[in-house]
Amino acid sequence: MTTTVEPAAAGQSERKSGLARFARPVLGLIVPVGLALGWELAVRAGLSNGRLVPPPSVIFNTFAELARTGELQRHAAATLARVAAGFGIGVAVGTLLGAITGYSLFLRRLLDPTLQALRAIPSIAWIPLFILWLGIFETSKVVLIAVGVFFPVYLGVMGAVMSVDRKIVEVGRAFRLSGTAMVRRILLPAVLPAYVIALRSGLGLGWMFVVAAEFMGASEGLGYLLVDGQQLGKPAQIVAAIVAFAVIGKTTDWIVAAAAAPFLRWEDRFGARSEET
Amino acid sequence: MLALDRIGKTYANGVRAVDGVSLQVGPGEILAIVGGSGCGKSTLLRAISGLDTPSQGRVVLDDEAIAAPHEKIGIIFQEPRLLPWLTVAGNVGFGLEQRPRKQREELVANALARVGLTEKARMWPRELSGGQAQRVAIARALVPRPRVLLLDEPFSALDAFTRADLQDHLLGLWADTKPTLILVTHDVDEAIVLADRVMVMRSKPGRIFDEIPCDLPRPRDRQSAAFDFAKRRVLAALDRSLSRAATDPVESKTEAGAALWW
Repeated sequence: MTTTVEPAAAGQSERKSGLARFARPVLGLIVPVGLALGWELAVRAGLSNGRLVPPPSVIFNTFAELARTGELQRHAAATLARVAAGFGIGVAVGTLLGAITGYSLFLRRLLDPTLQALRAIPSIAWIPLFILWLGIFETSKVVLIAVGVFFPVYLGVMGAVMSVDRKIVEVGRAFRLSGTAMVRRILLPAVLPAYVIALRSGLGLGWMFVVAAEFMGASEGLGYLLVDGQQLGKPAQIVAAIVAFAVIGKTTDWIVAAAAAPFLRWEDRFGARSEET
Repeated sequence: MLALDRIGKTYANGVRAVDGVSLQVGPGEILAIVGGSGCGKSTLLRAISGLDTPSQGRVVLDDEAIAAPHEKIGIIFQEPRLLPWLTVAGNVGFGLEQRPRKQREELVANALARVGLTEKARMWPRELSGGQAQRVAIARALVPRPRVLLLDEPFSALDAFTRADLQDHLLGLWADTKPTLILVTHDVDEAIVLADRVMVMRSKPGRIFDEIPCDLPRPRDRQSAAFDFAKRRVLAALDRSLSRAATDPVESKTEAGAALWW
């Protein structure tokens, strides 16, 4: 018996899926846009003076002014460069140490207790030491961000390598894979989904740590805009900087997720199925 | 010729899983190993595959001692163990990376055609049924043309119809190159459908209890009197092996019920 799909029904289903694709991002905008509109209406109706929490229109004007003068781009670029450098270093070191401690029981016993103890130290506690060791300029900021990125990547990679299915590794052994082939053909693809999650967690912490880094005496960066707005009593500038953090942070996270997506099409997970429908 | 010379395996916790197993399996022969749970069938298979090292004795294939996985020996596990990040074709060609791309593609296409999965070549393993996934696993193991193929309860998780279908499929594929097959199974029917010889093992520690030749003509009729007779012989040997294991004062420490094979 064969089954055929009615052309009209197929067209309707395509239209539905096109609409769904368009509606999906719109769905995520409903809450923030609704809150913003609500606050704008509340201020315009005189329910609040909007001085400490400026309405969206004032924030938008501040945003536009900062963009017109080129300040927004300069500060955003400085922050982005620090996050990129710190993220790169944190990912490189976290991946290397996570992989070797996950793979080797000896190295895990040797290194992991020290790294876990370091993880327990609050990030702010490092700032005075980093300033003393590395100075007040870029190096100390980048290193602080790298520390923030390092731990989720390290933990994610180590955990992922340790939890690779023994039975899958056995398939590699049965086909006589060498050590490097085992890493390339079995371990790397097996840890990739967890690695992407670790990268995204690390990136999120990178954005958190860049604020702490820019609080320690920066002359540019979105963190500097926050401090400047607080000292000069400009709440709209503070909120504009926060919105910029949210937009750029979300965009970088989306880039990582989108870059990884083609390599994870094989995944058989609940989330993947939900995203397809 | 595959020869096992007094193979023994004692695990780190002191459990003696297999003790002094010696046997020879000829080229193209199909040997089925049956026995109660924990009698060392899978341990023996893993020692032959080179995935585990025996504590005593040695495995020899064509005068070459086997101490690690070997290109002449393939294995099919109880679960398909397909690599989820490779397509069906990628899984079948997993053991062919050293071959030129064109030759690899040709071998994979032929293997998929032989197991009736040509149209599934570009699918992910998650899109296959259990029977289809096990057929891919069979194709993957056979495509490098091993001299010996080990099967560790490969059809035990499948329904009766799919199991019978895959048994026929396996015999068809075996007829292409006639490798030596060593099959571990709990299913006596399966052992008699496939094997030239059925080896019954007893437990605590795992040893060969009996060997029953099975020279029925192929294809074997599951309803025939000869099939039924062979089945009763194997079942009787299994019963004796279990009662022997249960009453052995030195080597058995479990109750008879714990060793029921079915």
